[in-house]
Amino acid sequence: MPTQQELDLTFAALADGTRRAILARLAQGEATVNELCAPFAMSQPAISKHIKVLEAAGLVRRRKEAQRRPVRIEAAPLAEAVGWLEQYRMFWDKSYQRLDGLLDELKRVAPKPGDPNH
Amino acid sequence: MPKPLEVRLQGEREIVVSREFEAPPELVFDCWTVPALIRRWLGPAEWVMITCEFDARVGGAWRFVSRGPDGFEMGHGGVIRELVRPELIVATERYDMDWTGGETLNTNEFTEIAPGRTLSKLTVLYASAEARAGAAATPMAEGMEAGFKRLDAVLAEPRSS
Repeated sequence: MPTQQELDLTFAALADGTRRAILARLAQGEATVNELCAPFAMSQPAISKHIKVLEAAGLVRRRKEAQRRPVRIEAAPLAEAVGWLEQYRMFWDKSYQRLDGLLDELKRVAPKPGDPNH
Repeated sequence: MPKPLEVRLQGEREIVVSREFEAPPELVFDCWTVPALIRRWLGPAEWVMITCEFDARVGGAWRFVSRGPDGFEMGHGGVIRELVRPELIVATERYDMDWTGGETLNTNEFTEIAPGRTLSKLTVLYASAEARAGAAATPMAEGMEAGFKRLDAVLAEPRSS
């Protein structure tokens, strides 16, 4: 279960388009920093900086044992961040849209204010 | 157009759900307190409410049981603490399977912000900060598959630069 602080870190990391693109690339499989630089037309230090932010948010991990130190995606914090409050929002959004429909129906049959018959 | 749904965290233990409706507060209030009306809107359309009891008085009990598309049944209920038509409902809530880490206290306020327009503000107070963090994990919320579809969408968003 993510804490508020963990969620803040995750959402801050996801707020940047380049970092989302890096995650999208890593979703297809691990890659080295060099491999990640190519499609982004960015310098290696710039990409490394983005990877550090993603690492701090727990979204990616760098394999220490391998010489190439490939970067891989860690899906769990991302899934939790996207899932958690969003699930709650979806539940109420769906329910309240149904309530809109019901209220429209009730308004058509409800007595008008001051109607002596009600 | 009414303002869209807003869901926000408040303090350590609360979630606040705000939404405007194009109806007077009496109608919105009734939709929350009359079982025949409650069962027509609360929860996703794929879930069917098989039990819907709401004893609309202070100290009265309420109980809902919903059945999901795969036959899973989820029950929750509690006690009504305050009831003022058309502006206030305060009730406790607890899931049979305790999804929310203990009882919550739900305060539902209805304010007529313009003639025929109602602001509904639901404040859910959890037993602890940890309980709140797990609150959305009920089976009635979106399933994992839908969650991962949204995850795909987030990842597929174009780069901002």
